[in-house]
Amino acid sequence: MGDNAKPYVTLSQSSRIRKTLSQIWFAVSHDKVGFLGFCILILIVLMSLLAPYVCPPDRVSDPSQILKAPSADHILGTDHLGRDIAKQIANGGRELLLFAVFSAAIGTLLGVVIGAFSTIIGGRFDGVVSFIADVWLSIPRIPLLVVVSGFFTLNSMKLAVILGVLSWAGLYRTIRSEVLSMKEREFIEVAFMQNLTRSHIVFKEILPNIMGFIIVNFTLLMRACLYSQVGLIFMGLIPLEENWGVMINQAWTQGAIYNPNSVWYIIAPTIMICLLITSLVWVGKALEDVFNPVLLK
Amino acid sequence: MKTRETVLYLLRKFAKMIVTIWLVTTIIFFLIRLMPSNPVDRYIETQMVQYGMTYEDAKARAAHLFSMDLEKPVVTQYIDYISNVARFDFGDSLLTPGLSVLEIIGARLPWTLLTVGLGMIFAFIFGVIIGAALAFKRDKWYEPIISGFASILSAVPDFLIAIFIILLFGVFKFNGKTLMQISFLRGNYSIRMKPGWNMKFIIDVAKHTFAPSLTYMLSQLGVWILLMKGSTTKCLNTDYVTMAKIRGLSSGKVLRSYIGRNAMLPIVTELAMRMGLIVSGSLIIEQLFVYQGIGLELVKATNGRDYPVMQGIFLIMSISMVVSNFIAEMLYAVLDPRIKLSGGKQNGR
Repeated sequence: MGDNAKPYVTLSQSSRIRKTLSQIWFAVSHDKVGFLGFCILILIVLMSLLAPYVCPPDRVSDPSQILKAPSADHILGTDHLGRDIAKQIANGGRELLLFAVFSAAIGTLLGVVIGAFSTIIGGRFDGVVSFIADVWLSIPRIPLLVVVSGFFTLNSMKLAVILGVLSWAGLYRTIRSEVLSMKEREFIEVAFMQNLTRSHIVFKEILPNIMGFIIVNFTLLMRACLYSQVGLIFMGLIPLEENWGVMINQAWTQGAIYNPNSVWYIIAPTIMICLLITSLVWVGKALEDVFNPVLLK
Repeated sequence: MKTRETVLYLLRKFAKMIVTIWLVTTIIFFLIRLMPSNPVDRYIETQMVQYGMTYEDAKARAAHLFSMDLEKPVVTQYIDYISNVARFDFGDSLLTPGLSVLEIIGARLPWTLLTVGLGMIFAFIFGVIIGAALAFKRDKWYEPIISGFASILSAVPDFLIAIFIILLFGVFKFNGKTLMQISFLRGNYSIRMKPGWNMKFIIDVAKHTFAPSLTYMLSQLGVWILLMKGSTTKCLNTDYVTMAKIRGLSSGKVLRSYIGRNAMLPIVTELAMRMGLIVSGSLIIEQLFVYQGIGLELVKATNGRDYPVMQGIFLIMSISMVVSNFIAEMLYAVLDPRIKLSGGKQNGR
């Protein structure tokens, strides 16, 4: 870990990142549930990476194969256009994953930067930003998204940006309380005494030390963004693309749920989304136990 | 007892609450006005196409019907709106003329409160009992299973739980019959029913309430189990509980006097916070069950650009959120004598 021979050398950036990485590995390998979640997540990622080459989804509809029950040819049956469901499942995770990572990254970046700077600057500025965050959090989220979707024809990427921007306030609060306690520590006081710039204090002194905390919140934010996106897709407010949320929407609007043959059309994507979100939460929980060991088991 | 300090603290929090509600209302007002297309344009279009009116006639008629002039500058509209809201006048619906926004909300809100409220109460009761019990049985083999199940429940989006419930009760056949008729999974009450306080209607409503309430309950149960387990475990490990046990107090006494109140503290505050979500957390699930509540009404109003209704519902949702946050902070201060009232900054859980 640190280089104890030279006490005046602080931990370098790279060794801090290495420490964080090794802590992440410790978290997922020493927590059974966390490990399970990690494995599911890796499997979903692998499937999303390989699926376009191994089993690309059917592009053309096949009227002779509409809403067929599961069989040897089609493991999960076919949808209302006669396309194979299993192939759609294999290909449906990629967009959701990309989307979740992208919007969570935007949200985390905003929340962390605003949270850290507002706390370091302090005083009236901090008070005003805190108040804005409070107001922001008082606007009901899903209804707001419904209104926002009236402005744009949302595609996944636009939505990812909007969701990321919208979710800064929740993270702002948690980061703020974390940085507040860090502000009392000696090395930050020393940094202030040395008259280092605020951006140096934020980016070089504080952020590397709450990296684990940020990663935990990143996984939680991914979950929240997935929830919002799938919810909006389900309500038919986002144009159709190719992912599990769209499959649920299609299966629902086509009434597949009440058709005994095609029940898998709606069950399969539902289970996949549940798996994805649950694995994220489990990994996040395992990471939290390592990085933030306040909660006693 | 420092009465003066307490009153000042309450006043400051109250003022903050009012300002927050005003700001949220303002943001929503302008956001809605900025949305592309508006109800009058849509109305004028249909009048011109259907009845062959001239644009001027249609517009005059629309202005008369809607009793609001969208040509006025937005700022004037805003001042009108705020002064009306301050007098609890939310205006009339644009799409169903003659019906005031308050009437619409009054007709829809009770249904949402019924389903979400029932779900929340049961989730709270079961969650607290199971969670507290689990904290005492941490060495048993079934503890990780129940905890894992709880964490799955708390992770899975509520509308996916709703899909599973519809599948379980309305689709899968047991002995050739589904557990419930599909018609009970849709709507507030059966179509032929006449609303009234008779037994038949109440039973019918209860049957329709079951599935949505179960969804709300399951989607929150996991959170309560995990929260209660965590908070009880924390209490069990404290010195004063160990001391109480050493003093030879009966386990019931320890549970009631030493663990109970302390463990319930964060839970009760959380409950107060979540009260605010009763109104706004129902959008998607109400669509799934075609439940005529406030969430479905908001979606309808948004599609038709029914400004006053949208604003009214948003206002109700924000008020309930802000007020419940306020109550949570109050409860926290009242229940936990360790909290200093003057501490302005929010205390994290």
